[in-house]
Amino acid sequence: MSVGKSILRVDAYDKVTGRAMYTDDLAAPGMLVGKVVRSTIANGLVKSFDLQEALAVPGVVKILTCFDAPAIDFPTAGHPWSTDPGHQDVQDRRLLNRRVRIHGDDIAVVIAEDEVAASRAARLVKVEYEEYPALVTPEQAMAESAPQLHENYPRNILKETTLSMGDASFEQAAGKAALVHQGNYATQAVQHCHIEVPVSYAYMEKGRIVVVSSTQIPHIVRRVIGQAIGIPWGKIRVIKPYIGGGFGNKQEVLYEPLNAWLTYMLGGRPVKLEISREETMLGTRTRHAISFDITSAVDREGRLLARRVDAISNQGGYASHGHAIIMNAMNEFKMLYQDEMALELHARTVYTNIASGGAMRGYGIPQAIFALESHMDDLALKLGIDPIEIRTKNHMQLGFVDKTTGITCHSTGLAECIQKGREYIHWDEKRKAYQNQTGSVRRGVGMAIFCYKTGVYPISLETASCRIVLNQDGSVQVQLGATEIGQGGDTVFTQMAAQTLGLHPENVHIVSSQDTDVTPFDTGAYASRQTYVTGKAIRQTAEVFKQKVLDYAAGMLKCDPLDLDLVDNKILGKDGKEAIALEDVAMEAFYSLDKQTHITAETTFHCKDNTFSFGVGFAEIEVDIPLGKITVLDIINVHDSGVLINPQLAQAQVHGGMSMGLGYALAEQMLFDDKARLLNDNLLDYKLPTALDTPELAVDFVETVDPSGPYGNKSLGEPPAIPGGAAIRNALLHATGVAVNSLPLNPQKLIEHFKAAGLID
Amino acid sequence: MYDIENIVIAKSVPEALAALAADEKAIVIAGGSDVLIKIREGKLAGCSLVSIHGIPALKGVTMEADGTIAIGPGNTFSEVTEHPLIRQYLPALGEAVDQAGGPQLRNIGTIGGNICNGVTSADSAATLLTLNAQLEITGMSGVRRVRMEEFYAGPGKVHLAHGELLTKILVAKADYEGYCGHYIKYAMRNAMDIATLGCAVHVKLEDGKIADVRLAFGVAGPVPMRCPAAEKAVLGREPDEETRKLFGQTALGEVNPRTSWRASKEFRQQLVRELPGRALHQAIINGGGEVQ
Repeated sequence: MSVGKSILRVDAYDKVTGRAMYTDDLAAPGMLVGKVVRSTIANGLVKSFDLQEALAVPGVVKILTCFDAPAIDFPTAGHPWSTDPGHQDVQDRRLLNRRVRIHGDDIAVVIAEDEVAASRAARLVKVEYEEYPALVTPEQAMAESAPQLHENYPRNILKETTLSMGDASFEQAAGKAALVHQGNYATQAVQHCHIEVPVSYAYMEKGRIVVVSSTQIPHIVRRVIGQAIGIPWGKIRVIKPYIGGGFGNKQEVLYEPLNAWLTYMLGGRPVKLEISREETMLGTRTRHAISFDITSAVDREGRLLARRVDAISNQGGYASHGHAIIMNAMNEFKMLYQDEMALELHARTVYTNIASGGAMRGYGIPQAIFALESHMDDLALKLGIDPIEIRTKNHMQLGFVDKTTGITCHSTGLAECIQKGREYIHWDEKRKAYQNQTGSVRRGVGMAIFCYKTGVYPISLETASCRIVLNQDGSVQVQLGATEIGQGGDTVFTQMAAQTLGLHPENVHIVSSQDTDVTPFDTGAYASRQTYVTGKAIRQTAEVFKQKVLDYAAGMLKCDPLDLDLVDNKILGKDGKEAIALEDVAMEAFYSLDKQTHITAETTFHCKDNTFSFGVGFAEIEVDIPLGKITVLDIINVHDSGVLINPQLAQAQVHGGMSMGLGYALAEQMLFDDKARLLNDNLLDYKLPTALDTPELAVDFVETVDPSGPYGNKSLGEPPAIPGGAAIRNALLHATGVAVNSLPLNPQKLIEHFKAAGLID
Repeated sequence: MYDIENIVIAKSVPEALAALAADEKAIVIAGGSDVLIKIREGKLAGCSLVSIHGIPALKGVTMEADGTIAIGPGNTFSEVTEHPLIRQYLPALGEAVDQAGGPQLRNIGTIGGNICNGVTSADSAATLLTLNAQLEITGMSGVRRVRMEEFYAGPGKVHLAHGELLTKILVAKADYEGYCGHYIKYAMRNAMDIATLGCAVHVKLEDGKIADVRLAFGVAGPVPMRCPAAEKAVLGREPDEETRKLFGQTALGEVNPRTSWRASKEFRQQLVRELPGRALHQAIINGGGEVQ
């Protein structure tokens, strides 16, 4: 049995010794280098270039501008393609954009023999613009006088959705309510801050374009390159080596199409394109800033009668994942809690000129949970009931079926998660002990809960493929389209395959790299889908493979294959003793003059199910009021992600997510000025927390066995980043009585609130 | 890949001075933790450099015959922190520079570079001001000394002509003997950050009363600054809570922080009001004293 064991990561030694090869390690010396020329305005039109001085820089090979780029609009979101045009991603950008929509838009590219020449030339490119006013907020962008950023999107509204549930209207419910409370909650744009910046290189081989890239989604990258350049998808080959983090930013086709086009325009010469940290921050993707207006009608006991939610998402310049993010946030409102009478949702996604929002760990749910769980505490405070009690009265129960998607709650450990967190943090004692504090340093405890889907079905396609091939010594290779992006995917895939095959994990060799020429199709790492969806493909393929081995062995033994089993690397007979050595079966299959066959299996699993994972965050904080500083004294996440394939890796996953949640809660924000320029485009001014800012992170699990999961497992990749913001905000409310309804809870903001509340004179 | 046109690696101070004299556009590089960033940003791309990294005469910390502590500007932050003379006589300075950046930066960035880049957020600056530090400047025409406070010319600017080098940082015995000090770096992170406000205090107590005190800030104005009125206001008082409040409240009238996207004026003013009392309190504790 290898599922459930904390085996060592299969890539641990290679990664810690530096043997693991990343894109930049694989790039050959002497490749040409591309450098993107970026607009110095946020909104306008490129009228002309003067390239004379730039072209004169020694070492410059070519400069391509937006006037050279194909007139093809393409999408960049790493979603599975949809054959239904109504569900396809918005196609709103070109390889290089003449119509500038963000500050730092890609308008030209210098190709040179080295980085210094490319940078020198890029600085010498002269651009003439027609400039329009910059739009920083959705309110500015929706104004009648605002310039329109994209054709077909009047008032810059990318999409607007309204959804009403329940038999009654909100007003009817409000008439019966003991309390009707309204609150505004706002989240900020943040960045993924993966350590490896986007980097790729491209060359041509036999008339085809090969792109090696740091991506979460090689098969999707291939499709989008084809779309962006307008060439058949089979003419493109994408290779994904090890990658240094993505967190959703690399669930986006960022610069691979441009890189592919550069080599294409240079007759196939290899070109490397590395995006700097500053360019990554301003020119790739962000977590959307979303603001929520929530009104709730509740009865005296805290039961939700009805809610009305009006939310606006700041998309930035390009659609990317667009409206899907805020719609996922809306899902959380209708899934986590059910209203007795009515739920009215209104969501808008609005183009502006700030950096474009895209996928980021949690996909709209960290925003939704900050708003929703802050609001639940506000309701509890108004009603004078315990925050846990109001949640327990309203949260999703086993068997729940979401009306619009059909997603079903197949298993839930939410109540147990709450109980574990409650005990760990000593909730009941501390809620009492920290009442009515005075003085400049105060303490509080807060919590938040969440639910999370597993994969994207039925909103999008869910499919995964797996190939298993036998070696002469009885070991196997497992090849997947699913990707290792640092999360430990390769290790848990190995464990799953070993479990079903009856092999030891050491005898399962996972092929880590994906190559779209040979890797079976899978859409990649996102939506916390791979252990679930790819897991199903692994299980199905391993079952087929194992049966083939047993069939072959039975042929050799002249017995019924049903009498054989493969357990612990051994082929066992009816009596439970080894009937024949696995190696002997493998050798015979490989080299038999009579019945030679290469035993392999390859299957695709088209997944048409989904399931909810759950979790809670509890935090205890101390706040130094005159300095506006929050210190997190203790923090725990408790997750129900079903069966843990590898408990130690699961814990590491939670640690990483909690760290992300702490940065989101306390410090991180992308700051734009009124020209939509990103002010803090580097890791000094963007306050990603350091080790010294991170308290001990406590982690616990409730292991339900999910009947729909391949090994009883459910989503875990993204959820750990979700509850931190609201848990800390609610702890601050408990400590000080001050409700701060926007993130981050940084000192300047806290001091402003404390002054307004009279805590600082 | 850094865009550097050429570099002269000087082995001695005279060699460095000669190289600077020979190239009026050359820029001095020591640890490189500021210069390399500016080259990468493109601000100094294609520059010519004169490296003073590793010049032995700019290293070391010594005590002169009169008890003056002389700190070589080429010492890295961690060399300053770890030096026995600093630990014994100027512990607050060692602790202050131990808060710059992270371990890598402290192992390469120098205290001299921290002073000569002239930034108001320099972690060494406020503490050195409270030690009445003097700077020895060497040029082709000779050596001059300047009080650190007078060295600043404006934001990011110091009175250092092309062809001059900072060659010593001096703290007289009378300025450290009997004093205890503390530096509070208030920043958004506990590491890898620049100060939102830096606040340094050195204090001398006699019979439980403040016999002398010096207060300095970084980031409370365009350059690091002392607060003479606040110092005067608490002279002769017991360092009780009321004194600590008065200290900060008086300092508030002397500073001129500005609003930037990094922090608002009001936010920095709140810190100016709050931090001096806390720094004074901790300085006394650091000196083995007790405070109510």
